Amino acid sequence: MNTSNSTHSSAKSDSSTSVEPLEQRVRRLEQEKVALEQQIEALRLEQALWNRSTLAADLPKEAPLDPLPKVEKLSNLEIARYGRQLILPNFGIQGQMDLRNCAMLVVGAGGLGASCALYLGGAGVGRLGIVDHDTVDISNLHRQIIHNESRQGMPKAESAAISVRMLNPLCQVIVHNLVLDSSNAQPIINAYDIVIDATDNAATRYLLNDACVLGGKPLVSGSALRFDGQLTTYNYRGGPCYRCLFPTPPPAETVTNCSDGGVLGVVPGTIGCLQALEAIKIATRMNEHDPPTMTLFSANSSTMFRTIKLRKRKPDCIVCGDSPTIDKLIDYVQFCGSSATDKTPDLFLIPFQERLTCKAYKSIYDRRTPHVLLDVREKVQFDICSLPSSINIPLKNLPEHIDEIKDQLGPQQDRPVYVVCRRGNDSQPAVKILQEYGITRGEIKDIVGGLEKWSDQIDPDFPKY
Amino acid sequence: MATKDTLQIELQFSGGMELLFDNQKTIQADVPAFFPIVTKDTDTNQQERHAATIRDLIAWTSIELLKERPELFIGDDGSVRAGILVLINGADWELEGELEYELQDKDEIVFISTLHGG
Ligand SMILES: [Zn+2]
Repeated sequence: MNTSNSTHSSAKSDSSTSVEPLEQRVRRLEQEKVALEQQIEALRLEQALWNRSTLAADLPKEAPLDPLPKVEKLSNLEIARYGRQLILPNFGIQGQMDLRNCAMLVVGAGGLGASCALYLGGAGVGRLGIVDHDTVDISNLHRQIIHNESRQGMPKAESAAISVRMLNPLCQVIVHNLVLDSSNAQPIINAYDIVIDATDNAATRYLLNDACVLGGKPLVSGSALRFDGQLTTYNYRGGPCYRCLFPTPPPAETVTNCSDGGVLGVVPGTIGCLQALEAIKIATRMNEHDPPTMTLFSANSSTMFRTIKLRKRKPDCIVCGDSPTIDKLIDYVQFCGSSATDKTPDLFLIPFQERLTCKAYKSIYDRRTPHVLLDVREKVQFDICSLPSSINIPLKNLPEHIDEIKDQLGPQQDRPVYVVCRRGNDSQPAVKILQEYGITRGEIKDIVGGLEKWSDQIDPDFPKY
Repeated sequence: MATKDTLQIELQFSGGMELLFDNQKTIQADVPAFFPIVTKDTDTNQQERHAATIRDLIAWTSIELLKERPELFIGDDGSVRAGILVLINGADWELEGELEYELQDKDEIVFISTLHGG
């Protein structure tokens, strides 16, 4: 072939001056056509899946949980798709086969689950289950990049499944649109080989731990808040379970959720990527003899990553120890004293009739009755939005700034003080503190539902965050 | 070798623990090398003392360094509250004897609050 080509080469180059650029253009246009057709196909798929998911009646109530059918070899399509992984030494065809024959469950399609599920789907995991009970909200999208603007209101598990299918139709995605609890968790966990904890609350973390110990599944656990993230694999090759490390749940008041504490979007994204990585390492038995560790990520430290050596499984652990006392799932909401969602519960420290509704405060405001409006949110929140004429003293600094309030109480020191915060929780202990200091002869009340209610009921232009 | 009265300990706080310490992630602390043994008869000037342990460090830290809400740091039993992991020189404190570990000069002790968000 080569020799015959070379004999024709001179004749060919004569005519190529006009033909070849045109041929190149045709090839480029053909490629563009294929790309555009693929885009249309992807959009059709998204449309179809979206329509299907809005017709809830079409969806099976229980996702199928038959064992994942194992394959003996990869198809040419798979070889083409995963080529860059296949040529990796220490991964290769065996690693890809291991992924292809593995069923993984991502619990939580939020900030951690978003990057984790996309990378696992893209990498070629054979079956990927996604659990979430929540729906897509605009405030999720800065970090939960598996969802998008047009899917607001759609179940997160559905939306995540669509994105993974669009990325890699070869990955079988199973949607579990439900709240995981002790009544349903065990059979779901048992149907998978590796479980990824991408949840957002303590109760579900203990639930997943116990279910994974009882079902004998490794648990790749991630968490993130503010600028910090943590990553550990539990219940794997003689390492500890979550309870070995944390036998007692933290007091509910010490647990901060992303909605109250804030979180930089890329922080859970980073931890989610690492969770995908750890799950792939387990499935392919990479580094399987490494001792158990916890990886700490601190985005605003000079040393961003730190890996620490962890204890082994504790023989006296009540779930994974030598004589466990937990042999089936318990009530984790009760155990943790907190709910299985990351929503902030309403606080009822002060009887309702001793508080002000937003409407009642509005009429005080409109009548221009002299009063002090005290906003006890953190300054960073006060800077986002505040009511006119309110003064800002964060709750935790209140005792040492009492004099600033006294200065506002008028000649008779009898002006009423009204306290407001984001949701009407922090304002209640603030009222108690002000009462203890006996600062005014007037009344001290707080506003039920805080500024979020104010936005809902009084002023729709007041921003919510 | 003369025994020193204080040990130089690097304390680190992460996972939100730093919020209790005025947002300081690292504090270089001079911790007493010995603590008195509390006995029933306290008549002596020459009180018995023992080498400082992590248990002493937790109590000392909450008195000397903590800025707010001690209940978010220390538990009823004198240990850290549930949900805090302690590292001694980069390893889980369980591997080093937990509360009874005797502090050494230049030790690095990290207090990490577990995170639950995602
Ligand atoms: Zn355990």
